[in-house]
This record gives sequence, structure tokens and C-alpha cells, in this order.
Amino acid sequence: MLEIKNLHVAVDGKDILRGLSLRVDAGEVHAIMGPNGSGKSTLSYVLAGRAGYEITEGSIRYRGKDLAALAPEERAAEGIFLAMQYPVEIPGVTTMMFLKSAINAQRRARGETELDAVAILKAVRKKAATLNVSEEMLKRALNVGFSGGEKKRLEILQMALFEPRLAILDETDSGLDIDALRLVAEGVNSMRAPGRAMLLITHYQRLLDYIVPDRVHVLAKGRIVAEGGKELALELEAKGYEQIIRDAA
Amino acid sequence: MSSAALETKQQVAELGEKYKYGFVTDIEMERAPKGLNEDTVRFISGKKGEPEWMLEWRLGAFRRWVSMKEPTWSKVHYPSIDYQDAYYFAAPKNQPKKQSLDEVDPKLLETYNKLGIPLSEQMALAGVAVDAVFDSVSVATTFKEKLNEAGVIFCPISEAIRDYPELVRKYLGTVVPVTDNFFATLNSAVFSDGTFVYVPKGVRCPMELSTYFRINASETGQFERTLIVADEGAYVSYLEGCTAPKRDENQLHAAVVELVALDHAEIKYSTVQNWYPGDEDGKGGIYNFVTKRGDCRGARSKISWTQVETGSAITWKYPSCILRGDESVGEFYSIAIANNFQQADTGTKMIHLGRNTRSRIISKGISAGRAQNTYRGLVSVYGKADNARNFTQCDSLLIGSECGAHTVPYIESRNPSARVEHEATTSKIAEDQLFYCLQRGLGQEEAVALIVNGFCKEVLQQLPMEFAVEAQKLVGISLEGSVG
Repeated sequence: MLEIKNLHVAVDGKDILRGLSLRVDAGEVHAIMGPNGSGKSTLSYVLAGRAGYEITEGSIRYRGKDLAALAPEERAAEGIFLAMQYPVEIPGVTTMMFLKSAINAQRRARGETELDAVAILKAVRKKAATLNVSEEMLKRALNVGFSGGEKKRLEILQMALFEPRLAILDETDSGLDIDALRLVAEGVNSMRAPGRAMLLITHYQRLLDYIVPDRVHVLAKGRIVAEGGKELALELEAKGYEQIIRDAA
Repeated sequence: MSSAALETKQQVAELGEKYKYGFVTDIEMERAPKGLNEDTVRFISGKKGEPEWMLEWRLGAFRRWVSMKEPTWSKVHYPSIDYQDAYYFAAPKNQPKKQSLDEVDPKLLETYNKLGIPLSEQMALAGVAVDAVFDSVSVATTFKEKLNEAGVIFCPISEAIRDYPELVRKYLGTVVPVTDNFFATLNSAVFSDGTFVYVPKGVRCPMELSTYFRINASETGQFERTLIVADEGAYVSYLEGCTAPKRDENQLHAAVVELVALDHAEIKYSTVQNWYPGDEDGKGGIYNFVTKRGDCRGARSKISWTQVETGSAITWKYPSCILRGDESVGEFYSIAIANNFQQADTGTKMIHLGRNTRSRIISKGISAGRAQNTYRGLVSVYGKADNARNFTQCDSLLIGSECGAHTVPYIESRNPSARVEHEATTSKIAEDQLFYCLQRGLGQEEAVALIVNGFCKEVLQQLPMEFAVEAQKLVGISLEGSVG
């Protein structure tokens, strides 16, 4: 599904990722853990194609294609979804309107017929109920005045609607209380599927109690310094990043 | 620039060129000699078969105009206009009507399709003889009958001058006097045609009035004159213009619109203006110098202006309300988009004369490319206007770093009980908003259109439904190529 080799990425001329390699296969859930400033968010942005994140060396292959050649919206249509740490507000655009525009833009890009408002409303309502996203939220302007938990739930709702092949969740647990975290985790777990890969980017081990990964990678100073199964996360929690990074060196 | 935007521009430019040459060589008849003098005015009046009083009115305006100077206070720049080097009357049609859509430039049709304009309307816009191919005549006829039953007069103003002289004389020039300003005075001398609407006492006009049903009215040229009167307790909603690119050879447009609302009457006037804005280098385009004013003459009357201004190289217009009647209400909702080298200087005047008068101004200015967009507004409260209230909100959105937004609010209050509120914001389309949209699969231009439409929502909501959909698409089209 995703193969990253010796990836170097610079932002404003400053190297952030320095030789990161990672392979994620379909059906797998990988966790990327690391301290602040290790390059976690940079990794998620470069995968999604955000402007300003320059690949200076190495390669990213996604389903056999060179990912760098695709525009961000093309990546979305190809099944890459990034649940953002800080979902943005778009005043005046209702959540429902935004969902409809996004779904149909992706369908158009894939050469599928667009869905009408009724069909989309039906699909949204069905998924919204399980994530506790209210009708009222769908009518409000996108993320405007939403609480932290509401914003994150809406991100997961979008993931459920778009049914991506590769879902990247950037600090999805930040700002969530236990109940909200459980709800979000259930949403994510219900989407685990043989054809889908997930990348959980997180600072804390807490999320991994709810969403159990197949592999855990520790990111430090722009590269992967340690890898292991789900028990690595527990070890991290016990020893702290510094110790693990020192052990790995 | 996207191919769609380019096509629209090319097609408009091509049509403009064609028409311009046709204007010089093909028209043998129906043309006044070049230049402007009393004979030109007499020629126009004669061609229209006008009564003596109308001619005198025009001549009075002309004599006044000769002594006036072009205003220079606005924030727009353009080379000086030689008023003697122009034709002031020419038959608008020099091409035979096309018999079917097959004869129309396919590019033009593509643009219309993109805007979602109904087929019958497309034909009208492209100059196809509607009766030849489509059953719209019956639509127009049913429509006329319905209005007749209600007693509503809706006709070209030239027709009204002949058929309803007492009504026209009673109201024409009473809101925008012939001496008002340089461009309005010029219009008064040489106006070619326009629209007249009269809604009698207590009548709620049974349908939205739109120039769509009066195809000829959209071809009346550069000096349009519109007069709308809502008698006591009457209501009318009028839609001006069209969202499709209007092919027009004229450089200067100087229209005048007058609205009169008597006791308890309400007039809602909506405009979508999308004239040729010039090319990406700022060459060509329409100069749009318009005087629009409404008089809330009666108690508890109401006038609302809603405008979506996306076209023209220069827009200079300030649809205003004179709140004369006690408890009268004036509203101004505006979206002004300026891209490339366009210049927009637009806003409103709310003149509070009566007691308990209220006004509301919502202005959304969007600048992209190297455009300059100015909101200029005046809220004036006179001594007798006890408890006058105004709320003004001016929001500006910038796309890119080479454009400008300016807000020039004037407030004058001569009554201590008045309450005037003004809010203003300026923002940029943030990179994170764009990235969020792209990540969810929206293309660059679709994303900008979505964000801008959200920004304009309060104003778009004021438009009649079917108009709002076209206007939303137009917002997107006029900003194509502004990002990336």
C-alpha cells in the first residue's frame, strides 16, 4: 500500500525528515509515536501533499505510484485521508454542504456519477448517528464554534464517508476526554478492513489502548529509531522517549 | 488561469470585437451623428416619438450637463473619456436574428450551461428569435395577462412615456434629479430606453419581475433608465441583469434607476452584474457609472437593494435609500468581487429624514489579482430623524498579496437619539483552509469558490432562490485563476 524510502523533507529550507523509511501493507494499522518536534505532523502533511513540504531526497510510493506526482486533491480521490489535528473552520459553509461538495468532487475525479442531495443526506445520517454527530452540527458552518471533541468526531465521520484506502490520523486523541476518545476509537476500529491501511500518529500511548496497532514505530529527529509490536508502546510509556531513543542509538 | 475562465473571457472578447466593428460599418440607419449636442438630444427624442415635455426635460438636462465636471473623488482610475467621440444613439440590432441554437457560438453556450441557465433563456441571451424555435412566447403571454389582471404596468420606459405620460411625469427625476451628478445628468439627456414598473395601491405583484421576459430591454445600450413606483401598500421584487456574460461593445455605461415607495409599500431590487471586466492585463472592459436611488416616500415603506457585482473594469455605484417616511426601512446587501485589474468603488447612502427610520448595510468585498475594492458608504441622520438606527457591517476578503481592500465609511448625525453601529473586518483566505478543502478532494478553484460563497452567504441569502444558485456559480467563475 505505502512504501516510504529514505525520505528527506524540508520546510522553509530546514530539514525535518531525514531518511525516514516505512512500509505499511493493506489491512494493517501502524502507530507512529514520537516526541514533539520529531517530524510526526510533517510526515502526515507530506503524505497528504501540503504546499511548502518539499521532498529533497527519497521516495514515497502509494499503490505502486509515485505519490509526489499527485496533487493533494488527486491523492484524496485515490483514497488518502488525513484526519487533522486542528480541523479548520470555514464560516458560512454548512457541514452538510461541505460533505456533499467533497464527496462529489472525489466521485467526479474517479469518473463516478455524482450523488444527489438526498442520497448524500441519507449516507451522512446513517454514519453520523454512530458517531454522535447531531443534525444540528450538520447544519452549522463547518467546525465553526465546534468543541474539540465535535471537531474530531466530524473528522472520523468524514473518514467513514470517504472510505479511504489509507487513513492517516494525526493526533486524533488530543483534546478528547475519555468518553469522546472511546467513541472516536470505536469509529476507527469499525473501519479496520483487509483492504485498508491506517497510520496513527500520536504522542501518547493512551490512544493505543483503544485502537490496537499491528506495528509501532518510534520517530525521533526525522527518522524511525525503533520498531516493534504493540508492546513497544507500553515500553515507551514506562521508560519515556529519551530512554528508548538512547537504547536504540 | 483555468481553461473555463479563459474561454469565457476569450468568447466575450471576440464577441465584443465583432460587435464593435459592426457598429462602425454595418449600421446605416438609426444612428445619430457622432458627438453630443442639442441636435443629438433632439434626434434621440424624435426617434422615440416622444412628446414635447420629454424633449424639454432632456434638453434641460443637457444644458445643465455642459456646465458640469466629471467627478474625481472616487478611488478609481481610468483614462479621460472623450464624450464628443462617441455615438449616443444607434439601433441596437444590426444582425439578423438567428433561427436556432445551432447558429450560436458553441463556446457561448458552454458558458451558459456552466451557469445552469435554462435553454429558453440561453436563446434569448444569444439573440435567437425565441418564437422561431421555442414555445416561450406563450410563457411571456401568460405572464403579461397575469400582470394585467393585477393592474401592474411593466413595460419599456419609452412605451410608458407614450402610454402613461401622467405617471411618468409625476415620478421621473423626483428621486434622482436631472441635476444630481455628472453621469445621471448625462443619462437624463440621452437615455435610450429602460424599464418602467408601476404597482397600484394594495397590489402584491404576483411574480418576480425580471428583464428576462423583456428581451429587448437587455439590449438597450449604455444609458438605461429605470423607474419603479410602488403605490400605497404595494409590493414588488425586481431582478435586474443577468448572470451570463453580457456581450457589450460600449465602454461607458451610465444608467439611472429610481425607486419610489409610498406608504406601507415595499420594493426589493436585486442586481447581478457580470459585464466584461477586461482581460487579465487590464485591457478593455466596461466602465459602469450608475446612479441608483430609492425614495421611501411613505410611512413604513421599505426598500432593499441586493447586488452581486462581479463584472466591469470599473464599478462606480452607490444604491441608496432616502428614508423620508416615518418608520421606513432601507437595506443594502452587497457582494463586490474584483479580480485581475478590476476596480470597484461601491457602497450605499442611507439618508435618515423621518422618525424611527432604520437602515442595515451588509457589504462583502472580495479582491483578487491586482484589483482594488473600495466600500464607500454614508449614513446621514437629519435633525428630525428621532431614534434613527443604522447597522453597518463591511467585510473584506483578500486573495493573494497584490490586491487591496478599502473601507470608507462616512457617518453624519444631527440627532442625539440616533444609534449608528459600524463593524468592519478584513481577512485573507488562509492556506490551512485551502489545504483542508484540497485534502478532502476539492480542486483549488472549487475550494476558493466554496470559501468565498461561505463568506458571502448573508448577502446571497437575500437573492431570490433561482437567482441565488446562478450567483453562487458566478462567484466561482469570476475568481477562476485567482489562486495558485
